[in-house]
Amino acid sequence: MDLLIFQAPILMVQASMDGILLGILFALIAYGMALQWGVMNIINIAQGDLVILGGYIAYFMYLYGIHPAWGVIVSPIIMYFVGIGIYKLVINKVVDRDLFISILATFGISILFMQLMNFAFGADVVLANSGYGTTMLFDNSVVLPNSKIFAAVISIVFAIGLVIYMKRSKLGRAIRATAQNARAAKILGVDTEKVYAATFGINAALCGVAGALISITFTIHPYMGLPYTIRSFMIVIVAGLGNLPGVALSGMGLGVFEEFADYILGTEFRIGSVFLLLVLILVYRRFKLSKKREYLK
Amino acid sequence: MKKNNLILYAAILIFGLVAPFVFPAFKVQLSILCVLIILAITWNIQGGEMGYNSFGNILFYGLGMYLCASVQVGMFFPLAEWTESGGEKTFVHTPAQFFQGFGVGLAVAAIVPTIVAGLIGYSILGLRGHYFAICTLGLGVAAGEISGGIEIIGAGQGFTTPPFPNIGSLEARGEFFYFCSFIALVLTFIAVKSIYSTRFKLVLNAIRDNEDKAEAMGIQTMKYKIIGWMISAFFCGLAGGIMGGLVGYIDSTDVAFDGREMGVFMVLMAILGGKGTLWGPVIGATIFHVFKEGFWTFFLGWQYVALGVLIVVIVIYFPEGIMGWLREKYPERFGEVVDEADRKAQVELK
Repeated sequence: MDLLIFQAPILMVQASMDGILLGILFALIAYGMALQWGVMNIINIAQGDLVILGGYIAYFMYLYGIHPAWGVIVSPIIMYFVGIGIYKLVINKVVDRDLFISILATFGISILFMQLMNFAFGADVVLANSGYGTTMLFDNSVVLPNSKIFAAVISIVFAIGLVIYMKRSKLGRAIRATAQNARAAKILGVDTEKVYAATFGINAALCGVAGALISITFTIHPYMGLPYTIRSFMIVIVAGLGNLPGVALSGMGLGVFEEFADYILGTEFRIGSVFLLLVLILVYRRFKLSKKREYLK
Repeated sequence: MKKNNLILYAAILIFGLVAPFVFPAFKVQLSILCVLIILAITWNIQGGEMGYNSFGNILFYGLGMYLCASVQVGMFFPLAEWTESGGEKTFVHTPAQFFQGFGVGLAVAAIVPTIVAGLIGYSILGLRGHYFAICTLGLGVAAGEISGGIEIIGAGQGFTTPPFPNIGSLEARGEFFYFCSFIALVLTFIAVKSIYSTRFKLVLNAIRDNEDKAEAMGIQTMKYKIIGWMISAFFCGLAGGIMGGLVGYIDSTDVAFDGREMGVFMVLMAILGGKGTLWGPVIGATIFHVFKEGFWTFFLGWQYVALGVLIVVIVIYFPEGIMGWLREKYPERFGEVVDEADRKAQVELK
């Protein structure tokens, strides 16, 4: 099977390019997950469902005749408030508790969102057509849709913008302080409750951007959320918390892996291979750490 | 106390034996209840006693389901042709073949997941806390996605289990599967109860409370964790095999590796009843099943919304479960010695 890949270098270039562009999007979602994990110590299983919800906002703009690219601006604004709402209703009650409680609670939110989206938007696979056309490379042998390039560029812009915001703004400083030591930040007058709410809102807004981009470049479906959660979890554990270049790189790596798995194993095994890769990565890290008599924390 | 317990067990046993004849309309529901209780009890072995919250026990359940059906068909007919014909009546099991196949199938369905748990246990159980939870979640979903791509067990179109042979009355099918699941439940309960009275349970609790200290005390934690997981897998596989025969149709993501339903149900039932107790999962599963059957038709179409809300509410407001609540209210019943003055002080504090 792997011979096929070496016999078809064009296919290989195509898969790698697709994978890298896709991976940048994954990295954006993973960035949001790393942010809330680092600051609030919460693993949000509903991350992928927030992405899909953001995608549906862009899709609906498309249905009503607005160009879906504007979703990149509208979707994060709406999702920010959705995120704050979720925080106020559920997350603030599980922040200080056992991690398993937060996993289970967000799992509940995930099921809830899945089904509500299924009712509201129907169970069809949809995509918002941006009409951007395609770019041909290397004598028309590699085809890249312009929408994918657009998505990658917008993701990079948002990620860099957020990094600068985190470094420069007052809220960004408060968020970083809370991530370092919530108690000390509280003593020094940081309203941690507000910081948590803002963090969750920013995370949801990032998911909104990513979702809008996914609805333009790929397809969305109410039940497609969980794979995005798992992908972002995987990227974060490979890169480590607070390692932004690592998140970008491992995101691209995952994207390339997925495209190759798609070509080699077939599309029906694509999602399965992602989940299996997660298990393999965790087991690999576990054995690596157990040599030092440590475990994943 | 001891005598009361005996009367209680006898009453439950007698109720279980006569139930299908007294409430013939609820036979299938009662069988499902038995399977749910088995799943909740087995989840509790690691989730509650060992502190390893698994989302992946659905792996053993689904594995058992596919294995039981495959063995039952494969013993007498070519499996590939059976699934290709989509369960059309090209091949018909004689009654003897059906029961023989089902028996062997159940044995395989229980033993193979146990071996699988033993094999992957060393790698997976080295992970702790939420890494373990997410890793097992990944295992369960991966198993569902991959089995949905394997042709010989029906791939995406599903696998029809052998139809029940035409013997005796029309009620025979329901009664057969009811007694299968009830006997499995009784066996599970007896096994788990006897395990819980040994040193083994104390070791599991030590691992839950502080694994590093348990290891420092000279306990080989990994060995006990793997054994605990294997016990879970054994009964999960058995329950899956019975459920496959009962449902009559196996689909990779909707019936067998159904992480969104069964995989969450078993966690939720154990937490609702109270983690880390013998009776908690039983009570939790019963209440959950009654609630589910009572309200699912009422919420028709909205059942997942209700399920999501239920998970959030239980997890946030009721994490100790019913047994935990009872324990706080009546500590004497649980054999805890309570100092009256201390208790009064605590009530005043509240």
